[in-house]
Amino acid sequence: MKKEDRLESKNPMEGFLRMDRIPHIWCPGCGIGTVVTSFTEALKKSKLDLDKVAVVSGIGCTGRVAGYVKLDSFHTTHGRAVPFATGLKLANPDLKVVVFSGDGDIFGIGGNHFIHAARRNMDILIICVNNFNYAMTGGQVAATTPMEANASTAPYGNFEFAFSLPYLAEAAGATYVARWTSLHLRRVTKSIQEALAKPGFSLIEVITPCVTLYARRNRLGDGLNLLKYYYDKSVIEHGADTRTLDISYQGKLVVGKFVDKEKPTFLDRMNEHMTKILGDKYVKYGE
Amino acid sequence: MSTLKTLNGNQTIAEAVRQIDPDVLAAYPITPSTAIVETIAKFKADGLITGEFVCPESEHSAMSVCIGSASAGGRVMTATASQGLALMWEMLYIAAGLRLPIIAAIVNRSLSAPINIHGDHSDTMGARDAGWIQIYSENCQEAYDNFIQAFRIAEHLDVRTPTLVGLDGFIISHSMEVIQVEDDQIVKEFVGEYQPVYPLLDTSRKFTVGPIDFTDYYFEHKRNQIEGIENAPPVIEQVGKEFGEKFGRAYGFFEEYRMDDAETCIVVMSSAAGTCKDAIDELREEGKRIGLLKPRVFRPFPDKKIAEALKNMNAVAVLDRCSSPGAFGAPLFTEIRNALYDYDQRPKVVNYVYGLGGRDIRVEHFKEVAEELDKIAGTGKVEKIYSYVNLRE
Ligand SMILES: Cc1ncc(C[n+]2csc(CCOP(=O)(O)OP(=O)(O)O)c2C)c(N)n1
Ligand code: SF4
Ligand SMILES: [Mg+2]
Repeated sequence: MKKEDRLESKNPMEGFLRMDRIPHIWCPGCGIGTVVTSFTEALKKSKLDLDKVAVVSGIGCTGRVAGYVKLDSFHTTHGRAVPFATGLKLANPDLKVVVFSGDGDIFGIGGNHFIHAARRNMDILIICVNNFNYAMTGGQVAATTPMEANASTAPYGNFEFAFSLPYLAEAAGATYVARWTSLHLRRVTKSIQEALAKPGFSLIEVITPCVTLYARRNRLGDGLNLLKYYYDKSVIEHGADTRTLDISYQGKLVVGKFVDKEKPTFLDRMNEHMTKILGDKYVKYGE
Repeated sequence: MSTLKTLNGNQTIAEAVRQIDPDVLAAYPITPSTAIVETIAKFKADGLITGEFVCPESEHSAMSVCIGSASAGGRVMTATASQGLALMWEMLYIAAGLRLPIIAAIVNRSLSAPINIHGDHSDTMGARDAGWIQIYSENCQEAYDNFIQAFRIAEHLDVRTPTLVGLDGFIISHSMEVIQVEDDQIVKEFVGEYQPVYPLLDTSRKFTVGPIDFTDYYFEHKRNQIEGIENAPPVIEQVGKEFGEKFGRAYGFFEEYRMDDAETCIVVMSSAAGTCKDAIDELREEGKRIGLLKPRVFRPFPDKKIAEALKNMNAVAVLDRCSSPGAFGAPLFTEIRNALYDYDQRPKVVNYVYGLGGRDIRVEHFKEVAEELDKIAGTGKVEKIYSYVNLRE
């Protein structure tokens, strides 16, 4: 391609993004954009009808995704993306519903919703950008902050235990669980593709640099330094026991696909149960 | 020693917290109040306060932590804004119903949807029937002074009612101001030791908090709660007076600015009152006899006092930084108009909604309002009871 053509050529993600909203708000070196790239790549590869894909976000830096994707999308309130997605899916079971939000949103203030949607095996995909803090509000300690890491509300280090997201998801009933870092671009894409094709409750955790707050406050350098950390310290262990996946400060990052199993979804169960009770009188929902 | 410090609104609250050092502080981050919590976290980490500092997983949990700690007998506080206060809603009523003198700094911010992080009073006005005392601040100094007084008012034995202090998002919370920070020891003495009445930690007296209360006694208990806030006015007055004697800045229920010979009046709370004062000064220079009344205490509402101050006006404009969709005017307006009802001689009262989502209100906007008031005073006719300031039509 000639240089002029390159300059003329369109962004490969153009069809998936609301270009009038670009430039985005994310800091240089932030990993959220990388995850969005993986997501659009997975959408492309999955050949899904984009009119049938909806994205739901909560509030946060990651929550901005809902505003950038050129899909039906909803920017809900902080913590409520999952129940909103539940409602969306149930009102229109034809939709592929994706929740794209931050660790604080899904596992802090919205944690209760996560475990209940997983328990019911709601047919939704959760992409959680885990940057180890509440970034949007300035880097406060979150339910995912590794022990000893600094945060604005834990200036000399966090002393609380953090959630291990895959362990929580599996225990609550999720049927697809994977963890990657934003360095694992192609793996994230593949995981999203797999999960999009699979009915049931899926969680894909993507550990992502927050350069401006988490990295700076912990003097971990810039985005590249964090990617280097991911490169050095991540090990792919597909099928690893989710009980062993705790993350320590700057410690080993076990990544991979940990859960991929079959289980009837909420709607499957509802239809089966109601048919058992009402017999022919029952009209199956969403089929 | 009393010193001058350059602080923004959030820092002034944190400074007061450091001096008072409550037993438990529980809060969840939200713009624009986050810096209060962050500064407190830093004080805690630096060993400057001894109180417990908790980061719960939501505002609902933060207020629940406050309620638990206050029931145990602690002096407790939180800080939040907007959606955070909205999420606390259920627990606000519990705090008031259980007569727990919890203190909250609320950095006033608009409510979603659409999402907006800037200042208006929708959050606290939405909580106006929750049973909390509500005090509003014009600037950083008032936020500091009000916050200190809030403890004395809330904890008074006749009152025992949770109290919130409002300061406008960004306009106050993020504006630096030179403020008088009083001596640590003198502030501590002014606030005094907290003596809880029924602490759960007193194991010699066993009792339960919050049990079910049906048709038999619920009504009486609610009445008892209402009496708490009804007992507040003399306490608010006394504390404001004592504060003045100690620190040279006395407080009442509202501030009157150039009201002596005024014929028309603008009523506006919080930061916009500062801008309004400039407008009044300019209008006075033009020969207009106009004044400002700036409410400070919104709950309990000082109905008689405000009515007395306004009854001789020809026309009054009440400006609300919040709307009450479907109601006959916004909250401050309905209270004031209602308070004037029993007076044979009373002014025409109109309502303007301004500044939603942080929309600016400037001197020229107050002048537009004043012009309208002039017209009403001149003709005795009101064309529109309810309208907006600085809004695109
Ligand atoms: C009820 C409520 N409380 C607090 C907030 C303030 N708030 C907005 S985003 C956010 C944190 C977001 O953290 P996370 O979900 O991890 O997303 P990130 O910014 O890290 O991508 C908070 C606390 C809010 N919007 N609503
Ligand atoms: S604050 Fe952190 S998470 Fe938010 S955009 Fe910047 S780098 Fe990304
Ligand atoms: Mg986060």
